[in-house]
Amino acid sequence: MLLQEHAKIVQFVSLACEVNGRKKMQKMVYILKKMNFPFVEKYELHMYGPYSEELTLRVEELCEMGFLAERFEDKGSYKQYCYQVTDEGSMFLNTAEEPRTQLSDCIERLNSKSSRFLELVSTLLFFDQLDKEQQIAKVRIVKNKLNFTEQEMDQAFEFIEELQLVSAG
Amino acid sequence: MAYQNEKLPEEKVFKDPVHRYIHVRDRVIWDVINTREFQRLRRIRQLGTTYLVFHGAEHSRFQHSLGVYEIMRRIIDTGFSGREEWDEDQRLVALCAALLHDLGHGPFSHAFEKVFNLDHEQFTQQILLEQTEVHEVLSRVALDFPQKVADVIAKTYPDKLVVSLISSQIDADRMDYLQRDAYYTGVSYGHFDMERILRVMRPTEDQVVIKDSGMHAVEDYIMSRYQMYWQVYFHPVSRSAEVILIKILHRARHLYETGYSFAQEPFHFISFFEKEFKLKQYIALDESVLLMYFQLWMDESDPILADLCDRFVNRRLFQYAEFDPASQYMKFGELVGLFHEAGLDPEYYLVTDSSSDLPYDFYRPGEENERVPIYLQMKNGDLRELSRMSDVVDAISGKRRTDHKIYYPEDRLVNGNPLHDKILELLKG
Repeated sequence: MLLQEHAKIVQFVSLACEVNGRKKMQKMVYILKKMNFPFVEKYELHMYGPYSEELTLRVEELCEMGFLAERFEDKGSYKQYCYQVTDEGSMFLNTAEEPRTQLSDCIERLNSKSSRFLELVSTLLFFDQLDKEQQIAKVRIVKNKLNFTEQEMDQAFEFIEELQLVSAG
Repeated sequence: MAYQNEKLPEEKVFKDPVHRYIHVRDRVIWDVINTREFQRLRRIRQLGTTYLVFHGAEHSRFQHSLGVYEIMRRIIDTGFSGREEWDEDQRLVALCAALLHDLGHGPFSHAFEKVFNLDHEQFTQQILLEQTEVHEVLSRVALDFPQKVADVIAKTYPDKLVVSLISSQIDADRMDYLQRDAYYTGVSYGHFDMERILRVMRPTEDQVVIKDSGMHAVEDYIMSRYQMYWQVYFHPVSRSAEVILIKILHRARHLYETGYSFAQEPFHFISFFEKEFKLKQYIALDESVLLMYFQLWMDESDPILADLCDRFVNRRLFQYAEFDPASQYMKFGELVGLFHEAGLDPEYYLVTDSSSDLPYDFYRPGEENERVPIYLQMKNGDLRELSRMSDVVDAISGKRRTDHKIYYPEDRLVNGNPLHDKILELLKG
């Protein structure tokens, strides 16, 4: 189907109701991909952790197509882009395949977390081929300026386990 | 003398059309070049299918890799060496990372990775870290040296300056490929004053920056990049060849999965079709192997595979038309039906393809924007982001350009046939 991958992103935003921040969007889709949900966007490690140029492009296209609405919010110390599905986007969604039932649950859990926390979780997952100590060491190297605490690390690992359980159904 | 410091008795030079000479004094570099995994890059073109448009573009990833190494060598040996901010202990890891950054590329890698859901960067890591000749050479430096080189390429190395020299908006990789690709395609854009840029590059703790007097040379580099993407890298005819290549691989996999009996067993592909391949099988692939199969498959009894291979080998490429998915996705559905009616399987003969590029972007604190900007170092030592100082760069900063096309075999659609006329009208209308 044409625009099948676009439809998955619209479906994702629809299930989230609203996604606040491009960084959050990037990390949520990456984490869902790592939980074996069928997103195809290619990720690389960038400044804020795993980042997909393909996802950025797809979201821009979806906004141009009128399927997603992008809202700019000035939060004082920082600026944020928020995304919602438009009416046209909802109609377009009728062409998409039904998602796995666990997707909605995972999205809800992810959307309730901060961007900083999702940045930590996604970066840990980026190194998930390593053992736990090495994962932490890698995150401390690539995120040396964020100074994640031991407690945040523990919470992130707990969250990953929780998500793995939920996504496996 | 320790292997890592060992020099060749006599400097080796490679004659190079872009950099004139590539100089090798380090024994490690010479030994890496002579490994089978590095030599394999001779058999993989730098620009994939672009040679079907610009006939000169037959240059290989071997040439590019040597070029990136040479630029890195000049940055370090003639620019950074002796400066307080540069750690001389990083020299060898930076040179090896430059030389090996593309090691995991496969044949026609963009298409191949797309079809088989692979990632060349993953293969680069594997070749560096598993039992290969490259790994064996790097391990002679130190047991953890292959991992260090792999970390620089994966951007997880603690010294961010070293990472930025091969992965940033102004790095050795881009400076080589823009000039090399311009040279071999024969286009007049793509040229910039690299010598000047190398002279004004300055090391800092986190990244390389540019002395403010070098701003105009960097402007030229950014504009070269902009031109090359749209005039060469996204050339619609080259994209057409890639579309066909992707469809050949899809068709071959589909036939294998559905029990088709190939006249020539696709021996090299079977492990990829079955998603159970080993590194050795990946390394065994190169573009000569793929092209040999395409030649053989032209005689297969499956008409789609035979036709697609004939199109690729003999350059009977698909025609293209502009296509706006936002307004025309309903029309696509109609075209699918008409293609079926005309006996053309739309899965293989009606293909949409998009190209997109962001020529330069800058970092906006607090919001997702992943490109570390280029900084100019002012006379008082302050750093200023390039687009704030340059009107030329400001004009294209953060501006993404996207182009959508639809590809189809026009030679199979005959004027005067009412069904074909309707299809052509929809495609071109």
